[in-house]
Amino acid sequence: MATQIDTASKDEIEAFREEVRSFLAEHFPAELKGASLPMGGVGGGVSETPAQKSWREAMGARGWGTPTWPAEYGGGGLSRNQTRILSEELAKAGAYNPIGGMGTLMFGPTLLEYGSEEQKKEHIPPICRGEIRWCQGYSEPNAGSDLANLQTMAEDKGDHYLVNGQKTWTSGGQWADKCFAIVRTDRSDKHKGISFLLIDMDSPGVEVRPIDMISGTSPFCETFFTDVKVPKENLVGEEGQGWTIGKRLLQHERTNISGGGGMRAGDSLGDIAKKYGELDADGKLADRVLRDKIADFEMRWSSFLLTARRAVEESKAQGGVSEISSALKKLGTKLGQERGELAIEIMGKQGLGWEGDGFSDPELAGVRAWLYGKATTIYGGSTEIQNNIIAKRVLGMLDHQ
Amino acid sequence: MAILNEEQEMLRDMAREWATNESPVTEFRKVRDGGAPEAFDRDAYAVMAEMGWAGIIIPEEHGGSDFGFLSAGLVIEELGKTLTATPLVMTTVAASAIMLGGSDEQKAKWLPKLASGEAIATIAVDEGAKHDPGAVQTEVADGNLTGSKAFVPEAHGADLYIVSAKDGLYLVEKGDGVTLETRKLTDQRSHANIWFDGAAADRLASGADTLLDEVLDRARVLVAAEMLGMAQAVFDSTLDYLKQRVQFNQVLATFQALQHRMADLYADLAQMRSAVEAGLQAVDSGFGVARATTIAKAEANRVMHRISNEGIQLHGGIGMTDEYDVGLYLKRSRVLEASFGSSGYLKDRFATLGGY
Repeated sequence: MATQIDTASKDEIEAFREEVRSFLAEHFPAELKGASLPMGGVGGGVSETPAQKSWREAMGARGWGTPTWPAEYGGGGLSRNQTRILSEELAKAGAYNPIGGMGTLMFGPTLLEYGSEEQKKEHIPPICRGEIRWCQGYSEPNAGSDLANLQTMAEDKGDHYLVNGQKTWTSGGQWADKCFAIVRTDRSDKHKGISFLLIDMDSPGVEVRPIDMISGTSPFCETFFTDVKVPKENLVGEEGQGWTIGKRLLQHERTNISGGGGMRAGDSLGDIAKKYGELDADGKLADRVLRDKIADFEMRWSSFLLTARRAVEESKAQGGVSEISSALKKLGTKLGQERGELAIEIMGKQGLGWEGDGFSDPELAGVRAWLYGKATTIYGGSTEIQNNIIAKRVLGMLDHQ
Repeated sequence: MAILNEEQEMLRDMAREWATNESPVTEFRKVRDGGAPEAFDRDAYAVMAEMGWAGIIIPEEHGGSDFGFLSAGLVIEELGKTLTATPLVMTTVAASAIMLGGSDEQKAKWLPKLASGEAIATIAVDEGAKHDPGAVQTEVADGNLTGSKAFVPEAHGADLYIVSAKDGLYLVEKGDGVTLETRKLTDQRSHANIWFDGAAADRLASGADTLLDEVLDRARVLVAAEMLGMAQAVFDSTLDYLKQRVQFNQVLATFQALQHRMADLYADLAQMRSAVEAGLQAVDSGFGVARATTIAKAEANRVMHRISNEGIQLHGGIGMTDEYDVGLYLKRSRVLEASFGSSGYLKDRFATLGGY
C-alpha cells in the first residue's frame, strides 16, 4: 500500500532532520537538558526562567510545539513523518516541548474543528506560541458525571451574553487567561440548551478560588461568574451546539489522560525494586511476593501500551475512531494508579514521605503523584461513565435509565 | 485486530467460514462422544491440510506457504472459537522446532510430510504435572532415548515426537520403545504419559543453545492464539445471552451491574488480543520474542481464566449444563492455562528476562 510516507523522498526526510538538529543547536538552552515543562498539563509559563522563556519563544515561533496544526494559524504544518523526526530529535537532545497546557491538548484541536475563521485566527496562534493559558469550565457542583445537568446560565442581551453561575474543578483556573466553558442558553432542553462559550478570566465578575487537594497541591479551582459580560463573537459554533462540541473535546481529553495516567517514562518498577530491596544469590528480588506482583503489573502495562498502539493503527486503517479506544481511558488510569501503589509498596515508609529532609525529590514527587493519580479515574468521565459508554455504544446493551 | 495484508485477510476469512460452517462446536461434541483416545477427526484434519493450514509457517521449499506466525495464529484463533479438536497447533510447534534446530536432511524428511498432513507431530517436554522444562531426567545413549514424559498433548495422533533430553531436543518416531498411557483431562482431548525405553532418537543439532526456549516461546504464543478465539467466543455468546434472557420483565442487558462487568471483560479481551497479536508478530520479526510471547501467554491465561468463569456465572444455571457450550470452554481453558507455563511460571520468566 503506497502512503505519503513511502513516497516522500529520503533526501527530504534527512534534510528535515538536519533542519531540526541545527535549530536545536542554535536555540535549545543547555541548562534545560533533561528538564520537563513546568506544570505540564495545566499551563506552564507561570514563573519562567530566562532560558525557559527563550526556548518557548523559539519553538513557538516555528510552530513546532503544535507540529501537526496548520501553519496558517501558527502551527508547524508538519507531516506525520516530520513530526516523528521532530520528536526523535527532541528526545535525543533531552529537550522538552515547551508548548503545553489545555489549549494544546484539548481546546485547540476542538476549535480547529468547530471554530469560525475569525476565532481560529484570534485564538490558535497564541496557543502555538504558548502565550495564552486556557482553563476548562465544564463541571459544576451538581453536574459531575451528569455533566449535561449544568446550570451556569448565559442570558442573551443582544450584543453579549450575561453569564451567571459556578464552575468547579477548573484546572489551572488561578493561572488561566481564558476559559472554554459549556453554559446553558436554554432551560427547556437538557442537551440542546447547552452552548460553547469562550470567557476572559479577567472580565469583571469572575472570581477564582483554588481548592486544596489531598495531594497538598491546588491545581483545581472553583470559579464563580457574577453578571459577567461575554461578547457574542465568543460563541463557538451555533447556540445549542455546545453539548456536541463539548463531548468532542472530551475525546481529546480522554486520549491524553489514558496516555499519561500518572505513568512517567523512566525506571521500570523492577529497577526501582532492585534499588530499594534485597537481591538473592541469583540476582532475583528476595521478596518473591513483591517480585510476582511487579511482573504481573509490568506485563499488563505492556499489553495496555500495545492496545493503545493498536487503537491508533486501527483508527488510521479504518479512517475512524477504533472501538477499543473507548477502553483506553479506564485501563490506562487504573494501571497508573496501580503503579503508584506498587511504588509505595516497594519503598515502604520511605515511599510515604510528605515533606522535609530524609526524602529524595523523586520520592516526594512520587507520593504527590500517587495521591493526585486518584483523580484520573474520576475526571474526564469517571470509570463508571466509561463503562456505561462501552456497554451502550460498543456492546449494544440497552440503556439502563 | 492487527492490520493484515490481503493474503492474511483471505486466510482468516476462509478459516472463519470453515470453522463456522464445517466445524461448529457440535463437531467437537461428536469427537468427544466418539471416545477415541486421539480425539480428533482425521477427515477434518485432511481438509485443513489441503487448505494449507498445516504448512503456514513452513518454508515453500519444504511444501509450506511461509506465511508466518501471525497467519498461523489467525487460523488457530478461528478454530479456537468453535473448540475444533485438531493436532494443528502442536504440529505447527513441532515444525518450528525442526525449522529452528533441524539439519537440512531432517527438514527435508519431515517438513513436507507435516505440511501435507501426511504426518502429525507434537512436543514432549514436561516430566511432571507442572510445566518445568528444566527438570529433565530423560537421557540419550548411543542414539537411544530413555525416560518418561507427562501429559503430552496430541500424543495419540502423533507420528513424531520432539522430545527434550538432558543434552537437547530429539526426534523420536512412534513405534518400538514408545509406550502411551492415556490421561483423560477435563478438555477430553488427547493427552498421554509416554515411556521411552531406548527408542531410536535423532538429535536436532543445528539450533542455538536456547533451542528449547525458542520452541516453547512459539508453543506459548500459538496456544495463546487458540485461547484468544475461545475467550472471544465465550464473550460473544455471553453478551448474546444477556440480550435475550428476560427476568423481572427486562432483558438482563439493561442491568447496569451486568453492563459494567461486560465492559470490564471487553477491556480485558482488548488487552489479550493486543498481547497475543504482538507475540505472533514478534516471532515473525524475530525481535523481542521471549518477552513478547511470555506476555502473550500470561495475558491469555489471565483473561481466559476470568472470562471462562464469568461466562458460566452470567449464563446462570444453564451455564452449568452440558447442553450449553460455555462449560466446554471452561474445561479446555484450564488445560491450556497449565500448558507451557501457568501464570505463576510466566511471571517468574518475565521477571528473570527483565533482570529482577
